[in-house]
Amino acid sequence: MAETLLFLTELMGLKVYDLKGRRVGRVRDAGVVPRVDPARVDRFLIGGELNWWSVRYEQVASISLDGIFLRDEQVTPYHDDEYMLRIVRDLLDQQIIDVHGRKVVRVNDVTFEIRAVNGHQDLCVREVDIGMRSVFRRLAQGVLPPRLIRRMMMRIAPNSIRWEVCNIVEADPQRRLRLNITHTALEDLHPADLADIVEDLSPEDREAIFESIDSEVAADALAEVEDPKIQANIIESLEAERAADIVEEMDPAEAADLLEELEDETSEAILEEMEPAEKTDVQEALELREDSAGRLMGSAFLLLPLSATVADATAAIRSKPDLVDTLTIVFLEDDGGVLAGAVPVARLVLADGTVGLASLALDETVSVPIGEHADRVVEMVDKYNLMALPVVDESGRLVGTITADDIISELRQE
Amino acid sequence: MRLVERLPRPLVVFLSVIGPGFITAMVDNDAGGIYTYSEAGARFGYTLLWTLPPIALLLVITQEMNARMGVVTGKGLSDLIREEFGLRTTFLVMTLLVIANFTNVMANFAGVASALELFHVSRYVSVPLAAAAVWFLVVKGTYNSVEKIFLGACVTYIAYIIAAVLISPDWEASALASVRPVFIGDSAYVILIVGLVGTSVAPWMQFYLQAAVVEKGISVKDYAESRIEVIVGCIVMVVVAFFIIVACAAAIWSKGPRGIASATEAAQALKPFGEYAYLLFCAGLLNASLFAASILPLSTAYSVCEGLGFESGVNKRFREAPIFYWLYTLLIALGAGVVLIPGFPLVRMILMSQVVNGMLLPLVLVFMLRLVNNRNLMHEWVNPRPYNLVAWLAVVTIIGLAVVLFALTLRDLAGA
Repeated sequence: MAETLLFLTELMGLKVYDLKGRRVGRVRDAGVVPRVDPARVDRFLIGGELNWWSVRYEQVASISLDGIFLRDEQVTPYHDDEYMLRIVRDLLDQQIIDVHGRKVVRVNDVTFEIRAVNGHQDLCVREVDIGMRSVFRRLAQGVLPPRLIRRMMMRIAPNSIRWEVCNIVEADPQRRLRLNITHTALEDLHPADLADIVEDLSPEDREAIFESIDSEVAADALAEVEDPKIQANIIESLEAERAADIVEEMDPAEAADLLEELEDETSEAILEEMEPAEKTDVQEALELREDSAGRLMGSAFLLLPLSATVADATAAIRSKPDLVDTLTIVFLEDDGGVLAGAVPVARLVLADGTVGLASLALDETVSVPIGEHADRVVEMVDKYNLMALPVVDESGRLVGTITADDIISELRQE
Repeated sequence: MRLVERLPRPLVVFLSVIGPGFITAMVDNDAGGIYTYSEAGARFGYTLLWTLPPIALLLVITQEMNARMGVVTGKGLSDLIREEFGLRTTFLVMTLLVIANFTNVMANFAGVASALELFHVSRYVSVPLAAAAVWFLVVKGTYNSVEKIFLGACVTYIAYIIAAVLISPDWEASALASVRPVFIGDSAYVILIVGLVGTSVAPWMQFYLQAAVVEKGISVKDYAESRIEVIVGCIVMVVVAFFIIVACAAAIWSKGPRGIASATEAAQALKPFGEYAYLLFCAGLLNASLFAASILPLSTAYSVCEGLGFESGVNKRFREAPIFYWLYTLLIALGAGVVLIPGFPLVRMILMSQVVNGMLLPLVLVFMLRLVNNRNLMHEWVNPRPYNLVAWLAVVTIIGLAVVLFALTLRDLAGA
């Protein structure tokens, strides 16, 4: 192992000497100030005979397994600094999110890199260690000599996460700001992965994440959380205003399912905070029976007039980038707004731009009324091999679609 | 749904949170527990019944703290120990937990073997089958359906009550003995008192209950109902223990006090009082053993992996959580395998398990009290002062008993 690496277990208890070779004490903790540098150890906290001292990184001449040697004699008493992330106190043994591996992990040890900068050395956090090798290191530390531990541990497969992809969850919003902790990296995860991660966390940490991430991402992730009880707990832990922002982004049917899990007071408070249009949609969904088509359907669909052409359809799809990944069927309505046809997207690809959509429509448009029982809906989708089943209101207008994915979720719940 | 809507809300909430507290309390009456209660009844009749109310109190105090910690922090006990006391302490506790739980698993497979041997089923058939069934039940079934199976199985504990009633014991004497402490200057009597507490308040319960409460996602606002569930569970468990002691007192002790070598001996002693009492007792023993053999290895694997930071969960694949599955599988395979070794000193090993349990329990309880009083973790849900007083008193009592048990068992092991 290159001598340029140092593990937190080795750093702990390392002796610190001042310029005259006097022992100041042993290292007890190391602090990173993320607002200044996300990885460099800014302060070393040193336990002296009576109290703790603090040493800044510029004061350090060299760092090795033999000790830390300082360039001067100025050590200052340690005061808790709100801008400092203390590795031992705040990171070691705690759970963090591995954004790259998409899971919650527990920190067993931390790997630092010893860097030579302007004729002196500093430490920089490189990896967070999980897995067996770091467990062995923790258990053996202080029992066996450090260099022997380094040799022995080579037999165990390493398991580490790069510091850049580690996401610390901090429940206190003020501290989050001071430590420059954001959860924005989580926003790029697939909502289903984010939901899995969230399910593994404690209620406090769940709240922290849902408080701070983009509300559209939050809505998608919340919809993917499988346990309705956890969904309800998350929403209840948030301020009504924030909860309303998230619920607004959900499908009305999903939002209705969620609100029904809450206490009446809470769900009313959330509805109160919602924008009028979304509020109406959700309230309408709430009036439907729980096992009806209206509560299964999603509201992401594309509806065009019967007279539209393939070119019109392509233009419409371009204007709705959200739909692109999931769209399977384009629906058509007549002049009275009644559902009149369904065109599979693949047919658009094959046809010329000037062709009218009506000529490409399926022979028969299968649809279900909004109050249809869920069992019947499942039967229809199965029977007609549909990817998206349109749902219509009393006057025959399209109000939503039930996708094969909705059906799978429904079946899994049973 | 319609029926549920008509029930009063508190009852609905109670039914929806039912589970963790109940299951923990029910599994507590496992093969080792049944043996200890039977022995208490057979040897000393009704005189040990007075220990049950204090045991119930001890159980309620410890279990309530676990449930509260689970609800408030949303973290398991091993997670909290790890976060507050570091990896080395966690490793020590987990090592002891694995050893203690392994011997408990073994005792329960032994329970399966002896219960089915009464029906002339060879242990070389019953134990491997039971081990395979337990493994598949948990690994291949989903958590929810497994929990329902376990909950349904709890009903069979009524078997002990029916068995006791069929024997028509002296109800007046047993009622009196339940409230009147009697001390007998006999070392076997002291050992049994210690044994009764030891089998009732076991370390694995603390880890299992808290993890189960977290898994269930019970929130702080439902905690009042959850607390009731925990308390009711503890009381039901002690009531079952009461009936086992009473049944054995009436069937064995009243004919002539004697010790028994196994729980099945107690079952055989019930035979003269009717085939049903006998069958019920055996069925109860079998169910208790299977139930505990299902929960203990799983709970151990979860606690260890969570504490040490390894991937865990039955919804993960073998490749994703190898340590979890290996630990779980080995606990079952070895626990069952050991029972099949001819001439294996099973009783001695079960005694050993009591020692490890006894060493671990005080450690766990002290950690628990420090955690539950940590304001950073528990906020306004820390123990109130009078509660702490009672809890520490309970812990000191348990530590005292554990020390006594430890010393006595060491003496027995040295003498054996």
